[in-house]
Amino acid sequence: MRPLLSNRWATLVLLVALVAAMPLAFPSSYYYRVAALVWISALAALGLNILMGYAGQVSLGHAGFFGIGAYAVAIGPARFALNSWLCIVLGALASGALAWLVGRPILRLRGHYFAIATLGFGVLVALVLTSESGWTGGPDGTAVARLTFAGARLTGAATWYWISGGLLILGAGLALNLEESPTGRALRALNDSEIAAALAGVDVARHKLWAFVIAAVYASVAGSALALFDGFITPDTAGFLHSIELVAMVVLGGMGSVIGSVVGAAMLVTLPQLLTVFVEYEQLVLGLVVMLVLIFLRQGIVPSLRKVLARGFP
Amino acid sequence: MAEFLQFCASGLTVGAVYALVALGFTIIYNASDVVNFAQGEFVMLGGMVTVTLSAAGVPLPLAAGAAIVAAILVGLALHRLAIEPARGASPVTLIMITIGASIFIRGVAQLVFDKQFHKLPAFSGDTPFHMLGATILPQSFWVLGGAAAIVVLLHAFFEGTIIGKAVLATAANPLAARLVGINTGSIVTLSFALGGAIGAIAGILVTPITLTSYNVGTLLALKGFAAGMLGGIGSPLGAVLGGVALGLLEAFGAGYLSSTYKDGIAFIVILVVLSALPRGLLGRRSVERV
Repeated sequence: MRPLLSNRWATLVLLVALVAAMPLAFPSSYYYRVAALVWISALAALGLNILMGYAGQVSLGHAGFFGIGAYAVAIGPARFALNSWLCIVLGALASGALAWLVGRPILRLRGHYFAIATLGFGVLVALVLTSESGWTGGPDGTAVARLTFAGARLTGAATWYWISGGLLILGAGLALNLEESPTGRALRALNDSEIAAALAGVDVARHKLWAFVIAAVYASVAGSALALFDGFITPDTAGFLHSIELVAMVVLGGMGSVIGSVVGAAMLVTLPQLLTVFVEYEQLVLGLVVMLVLIFLRQGIVPSLRKVLARGFP
Repeated sequence: MAEFLQFCASGLTVGAVYALVALGFTIIYNASDVVNFAQGEFVMLGGMVTVTLSAAGVPLPLAAGAAIVAAILVGLALHRLAIEPARGASPVTLIMITIGASIFIRGVAQLVFDKQFHKLPAFSGDTPFHMLGATILPQSFWVLGGAAAIVVLLHAFFEGTIIGKAVLATAANPLAARLVGINTGSIVTLSFALGGAIGAIAGILVTPITLTSYNVGTLLALKGFAAGMLGGIGSPLGAVLGGVALGLLEAFGAGYLSSTYKDGIAFIVILVVLSALPRGLLGRRSVERV
């Protein structure tokens, strides 16, 4: 079990097996829908995990990028008659560029300043999406044109299960590759000790900035996927609460763990589905889960589990 | 001119509330290094508890007193149950814990109270004053006077009492404070109680003007924090200046530029301050130790 959770190829194989095998247990299309939502959230969480787990910085406005990706595929085709596929790329580019602009001055500062700045950025994005109702449909949201591929409209929970599952595997593959690349090693070094990394010749601010840009692109693509899947989008997707949910997914599953992001996303996406009867308890439970995990399980579920297993099977 | 004065008056009133929220942030931050995002929930509790009790027939001063006590208790519980067990965690983890706490408190408030907006009658009537063409609500004077009184009292407390001096010593250097016999643990507890009380008072004073509901806390916390950043995090005087400056910026921004983006000004301020002058207007210069 231990090598299965730590080796990067094993992680990918596990993920592929999971995506391929899960539908065997699905009794209805509702399950496809929930699972597709899990994969999409996991993709965004995975990107954020590159920033949090590898570069040691937290973004409290990451849903802003998610929203930019979502609204790119909503506004682009509707207002400018652009191809939806192109809009996914444009949204990702815009998110990456914004992350670069916001991150560049602020990632030079140490401590919690970056978290605060991203928080401000996220709230601003949500505010713009809510206020510019001429473009975005305002607080009520807007419809999103469906994606087409080779003349076929891509709709339905099962279709999107496979698309989002594929995206997640691709994202995980890239993240695992990054981890083993010189950039990944530099990121891990600066996460352990910025001073030591800087002494070893790592440009700390530049590497953090790249991690932030990559994380923004992941969130943007995930946002586009959600908008195209649902066919409808509201500014709440870019809101502060969604940003906190994304961070909670990473922290819950375990920082720096790819499988952890998937586990965290699965927990936070299925939680409201389980609580539908008690919808007014959702915030209470979310807040409680965030606090309890951070206090008692600071490493997150997957790394803690890995430690227990490592002890059990020496 | 009348328009200008009108914006000044409303900006100062809102700014006084931001200043109180920022002051609560600063007191807790100085004593414990925790950036407490649940600060806005104290403001919400102050308003909501007062509204609920006075609707049940409790006289206003009594209801307000109960609201302050409730916020203090929540502040103490936050410290004891969420911050204390996580001692030694990274600053970002602590920030996340307080955000979790604020979502939790909001979730509970939604169950205990309701999701409606609530109004509290103004303390001394609704007949506005007219001053050089500007119209000022009597409640604005309550807010400004209350904020000024709190600032003066806090100043007297910090400079004039031995406990206040112990708080300052703990903020300056916790280890040195412990060495001279200050119980820094109780100072941190005290700071959470103070933070809760100040937040609740702000909530009680402003509810007759702005209304209140279970979810007003988040935006207030974020704006109060922006005010603190603007003034320079860790400086009580900076918190007050930052709050007033942010209130005025919002009032003039909404009046002369765009009222749609009034709520965005605080966050633009955060981004500009962090990019251009990260220590804020009055913040301490810090030297990085290697």
